[in-house]
Amino acid sequence: MLAHFWSILSLQAGYNTSVVLIGVTLLGIGSAAIGTFVLLRRRALISDAVGHATLPGVGLGFLTAYALGLDGGRNLPILLIGAGATGALGILSVQWIRDHTRLPEDAAIGTVLSVYFGIGTVLLSYIQSLPGGARAGLNSFLMGQSAALSLAEVWIIGAGSVVVILLCLLFFKEFKVLCFDQDFATAQGWPVRKLDLLMLALLLLAVSIGLKTVGLVLIVALLVIPPVAARFWTDDLKGMTLIAGVFGGLSGYLGAAASALVPRLPAGGVIVLTAGALFAVSLIVAPKRGVIAGAIRQLRFRWGEAERRGLMAVADGRNPTPVQAGILRLKGFLDRAGQPTARGLEAARATARDQALWLRYLEDFPQEAMACEDWARVPIDRVLPGDLVAELERRLRLAGS
Amino acid sequence: MLRAVEPLEQAIAARAGTAAPLAVRDLTVAYHRKPVLWNVDFTAPAGGRIAIVGPNGAGKSTFIKAVLGLVPRVGGEVLVFGKPVESQRRAIGYVPQRESVDWDFPTSAVDVVAMGLYGRLGWCRPVRRRHLEEARAQLDRVGMADFADRQIGQLSGGQQQRVFLARALAQDAQLYLMDEPFAGVDAATERAIIDVLRELERAGRTVICVHHDLQTVPEYFDHVLLLNLRRIAAGPVKEAFTEANLQRAYGGRLAPPELVAAVRG
Repeated sequence: MLAHFWSILSLQAGYNTSVVLIGVTLLGIGSAAIGTFVLLRRRALISDAVGHATLPGVGLGFLTAYALGLDGGRNLPILLIGAGATGALGILSVQWIRDHTRLPEDAAIGTVLSVYFGIGTVLLSYIQSLPGGARAGLNSFLMGQSAALSLAEVWIIGAGSVVVILLCLLFFKEFKVLCFDQDFATAQGWPVRKLDLLMLALLLLAVSIGLKTVGLVLIVALLVIPPVAARFWTDDLKGMTLIAGVFGGLSGYLGAAASALVPRLPAGGVIVLTAGALFAVSLIVAPKRGVIAGAIRQLRFRWGEAERRGLMAVADGRNPTPVQAGILRLKGFLDRAGQPTARGLEAARATARDQALWLRYLEDFPQEAMACEDWARVPIDRVLPGDLVAELERRLRLAGS
Repeated sequence: MLRAVEPLEQAIAARAGTAAPLAVRDLTVAYHRKPVLWNVDFTAPAGGRIAIVGPNGAGKSTFIKAVLGLVPRVGGEVLVFGKPVESQRRAIGYVPQRESVDWDFPTSAVDVVAMGLYGRLGWCRPVRRRHLEEARAQLDRVGMADFADRQIGQLSGGQQQRVFLARALAQDAQLYLMDEPFAGVDAATERAIIDVLRELERAGRTVICVHHDLQTVPEYFDHVLLLNLRRIAAGPVKEAFTEANLQRAYGGRLAPPELVAAVRG
């Protein structure tokens, strides 16, 4: 079993399986790329509405192809055109409700999503009652099944993904300024509405080609989770898009491989679970924005505060609290008997001076002090220029005498 | 760094009579049928430093946004150097309010400043190393060279304001529209903005700022537009920034001592 799984992963399990694997990997990369911009444009939920709004289109596409006698209705191009059409209608419905009523966008999305999905389920149950319809395999559009993809279908998916990736790269700068500062983009003369339309068109394309693999219920995950996970690792849009692409591609690759190994496994579920696992790992261990890093930062801050307060107590001749004393002892500022060592007294004097200078700074230059990120957090000599510190010391002496 | 506008060019433009940096005629803007600006006329003098002043909700920011086409105009005409604003985007630099964007956005200060160059770059041309170097130079002009590579959320409010200012400088515009650049900034940022305003004036550029602090109007600006829904007064500070005009703009909302202090500057 493991050996077989490895042969699938290393593209040695036959031509068809390998093509499916590569196609679904490209789909993951493309969805993550456009998902990054959609997420930063604060439209993540739109992709869910689009996904659900494609279902009636799938049904109508099937009925059209069925009536035309094409593949018994299962003609992917026609199904995708149908999906794209009602998906676009879904987006337009959300935008119309948002622009012409006082409803907020999330209410519009919830309404549109469920109404379109409802229409879709009615159509599907009608299709199942048709002769031959029960075996139409439209259910794979709900939950996704990459193993059931034909080669022609994979080519459509792969080509569509490449189009999405290339256009995201080509319009990277335009999408960036649009996502960051729409008003500035308008003032600079970019056609904001058209750029938004292009972005939504790419979203629609990614959703449509992802339907049969991931399923319309879970397609939103492939668009949203990779960029959200990638954001934990970087503060740069290029880096975020790249990492999201890697995460999305990896999810598609592993999901398709699992689906090839166990054909009854829903590919959509495995793909989303992989993306979810990458998200969970990112959330916890990411170096700057992760939960562990945050906890360590908080702990360090508390520790430093306890040390500072302990040293201030020593400087004022009071007793530090047990916790503070423990920390001071660890640092060698107190001896076993709890008496300050020579180094401890030195540190206490330095802390007291530092604090007095920071307070003087706050009093005499309130605006600058409030704006100073490091106020009272870092020794003042390391933050302010020497002549300013000397001036503050002079003022301290004047105030003291 | 800035090219001075040719005096001859200016003289020709002045004689033509149409080429004011900004000419607004009969501008009316409404939000949900409620008027925010009402029949406003205003012509900005070339090379002027102009403050837009008025009470809260007077339509100051809306004026700038309507000029730029960010909010729809119910009526009126906006000409920039004699032509419709839509065809003059490259001549205009814009500093929006700091609160208008998400500062957690994954980008660095220098990347934001480079956005000022996007207009010149044109469609689909990527940002290259030399553009980033130019962006760094603009950051240096506002004293932010050391913060170029910081994620923008890691900057203080004043530093963020200076990033926006540097981005507008990168646009190398003839007319600058700034929305409350002095709001809530520290002394270093205030200094940097004033220096930039002077520099722009020397280079013959026109700057229009929404400004909230009456006391500093005579010091920082030479022209003023007093707004409260409609145009109350406009002109050189000495002529238009008078106690009577302020009283009309602010109604009873301005305490007299503050008012007097502002006018006497």
